Amino acid sequence: MIRLILRRLLQLIPTLFGLSLLLFIWLHRLPGGPETAILGERGTPELREAVRRSLGLDQPLWVQYGRFVGRLVTGDLGVSIQTHRSVWTEFGERFPGTVELTIVAMVIAVSVGIPLGYLAARRRGTWLDTLAVGGSLFGICIPIFFLAYMLRLVLSIELGWFPATGRQSVGINATRVTGFFVLDGLLTREWDAAWDALWHLILPGIALASIPLAIITRMTRASVLEVLGEDYVRTAEAKGLTARVIRQRHVLRNALLPVVTTIGLLTGGLLSGAVLTETVFAFNGIGHFVAAAIPARDYPVLMGFIMIIALIYVLVNLLVDISYTIIDPRVRVR
Amino acid sequence: MSVLSPGRKVEKLDRLAELAAASADGRGVSLWREAARRLRRNPSAIAGAVILGIFVLIAAIGPFFVPYGPTETIGVANGEVRPAAGIIPGPSAEHWLGYDHLGRDEFSRMVVGARQTLLVGVVATLIGMTVGCLIGGIAGAAHGLGGRWGRRVDTVLMRIVDMMLALPSLLLAISIAALLGPSLATVMIAVGAIAVPIFARLLRGSMIAQANAEYVLAATALGVRKRRIALGHILPNSLAPVLVQMTLTLATAIIEAAALSFLGLGNPDPSTPEWGKMLSDAQRYLEISPGLAIYPAIAIIITAFGFTLLGEAMREALDPKLRA
Repeated sequence: MIRLILRRLLQLIPTLFGLSLLLFIWLHRLPGGPETAILGERGTPELREAVRRSLGLDQPLWVQYGRFVGRLVTGDLGVSIQTHRSVWTEFGERFPGTVELTIVAMVIAVSVGIPLGYLAARRRGTWLDTLAVGGSLFGICIPIFFLAYMLRLVLSIELGWFPATGRQSVGINATRVTGFFVLDGLLTREWDAAWDALWHLILPGIALASIPLAIITRMTRASVLEVLGEDYVRTAEAKGLTARVIRQRHVLRNALLPVVTTIGLLTGGLLSGAVLTETVFAFNGIGHFVAAAIPARDYPVLMGFIMIIALIYVLVNLLVDISYTIIDPRVRVR
Repeated sequence: MSVLSPGRKVEKLDRLAELAAASADGRGVSLWREAARRLRRNPSAIAGAVILGIFVLIAAIGPFFVPYGPTETIGVANGEVRPAAGIIPGPSAEHWLGYDHLGRDEFSRMVVGARQTLLVGVVATLIGMTVGCLIGGIAGAAHGLGGRWGRRVDTVLMRIVDMMLALPSLLLAISIAALLGPSLATVMIAVGAIAVPIFARLLRGSMIAQANAEYVLAATALGVRKRRIALGHILPNSLAPVLVQMTLTLATAIIEAAALSFLGLGNPDPSTPEWGKMLSDAQRYLEISPGLAIYPAIAIIITAFGFTLLGEAMREALDPKLRA
């Protein structure tokens, strides 16, 4: 197990370097540098040159990349061109919000999708099955920003059940510890602050969960159907085991393997969805910030973001592999 | 070596005889014909095909029959529409879906928009499929037939594809839109780029699976050139999943094009209505006239649903595991 983790972490290093090099070249090839975004229409060639020099963009590309890597090794991501603040500070304020949002979305998707998929498979051909399959096909067809707008319009603006924007109500004076608002509230025992922050996550969480929910439901259903036809399930039934034991030990354990893989692969898609949901709910998260950084050519922010995303992606998939060994003892042997 | 054991050989000969006999009385069933037969019996495939048929029909001939021009600002001219005062009239007898925020007839714009939406979806999908299949085809052929060097080519190509898959797809599209500047072609390329790694992985996997098939061994034994094996034997047999993915990608392409419009990176040309752009334009008037967002959204959802239904049914029909 430890060897698996170590090997994966070592593999991460060349992947990150390759990715950073490719993206560095790609981003710096984009026409119009940050000077265009800063100066706008009134930039004279001299002014542009001065801005480029002050940002170190007049150097050859390989020198710039060398500097980037040099800083990266010491854990420094540089300074944002848009806000003149350290990239770490910017990320520290925004990443926790997106992470909370993603976790809420994932919890919704998994806690609804897996039972629904299981029931649909068990009662194949009934109205429940038709509804689950039809609903999941339909779910991936709804533009996520439209769903977010409609949820906001109906449930928060019209009915007032949920807050319409932001991460926490303005009136709440919460103590900040980690930047994760819900966690902060729990740590400092400010229950109302934690509850308020969680309440702000529900609607964007539902909007963000729609696509993963659809995919997880379908995967679980297909996978459970396959397992239900296996001989060992029939054997278990013939032995007279209780329905609960068959469900938990024989069916779900085997059926969840491909589902867990899919959950790992959904992370990238969740971040795309986060860009849209955060925009609709004026939620101060990383997706919205990075989407704005692309037209501004904020290279340090973009590079830092990609590095962290690649890291998260690899770590999530590592977690997926570790959970394999828990779900499936056969994997442990290797 | 199971191929050489006599028992297997007999079995295989029998099977061959069976197949030969079957085609002799003209009832041999090919993969495609079998799939088509299964599709016709699948109600969701029929539903998907009907939705798409209507959509394509509207896109093709609808613009010739619309009551008003899609860019005529009639509502402003006759003073019925005053968005600043919060007045955008809804459906009426003359204007079936009401006016939009610039006083244009919403129904006419919806009909004309179908064509543009279809165009964006189809071209984007074709771009993604062509580039993706080129990468995936080279990787698959190299892996299957190229020996050790081929595997290395395959590894390098697939690493790049995996990196593309790991990136959040929308950010990839946004950066391409930033690279090329806003235009219709940009939207198509950016949306197509999202599909490139998916097609590449899919075709590669399918080709590698086919490369181990016996007909490839037979062709190699007969001395057929590698290029001919790859293009003439493996490729045509690997295309079924690509076709399925194409149908599914058409659905996501329409949705992603709408997302790009929503982020302000869509086609800036105001003369051509498109559902995604109509939807994102309508967000600002959501509280005055929610219908303006709901009509294009429903049109997008139904169209995407049609493609998804058909695609999923095709996937089922072509899946050999499900064939009775």
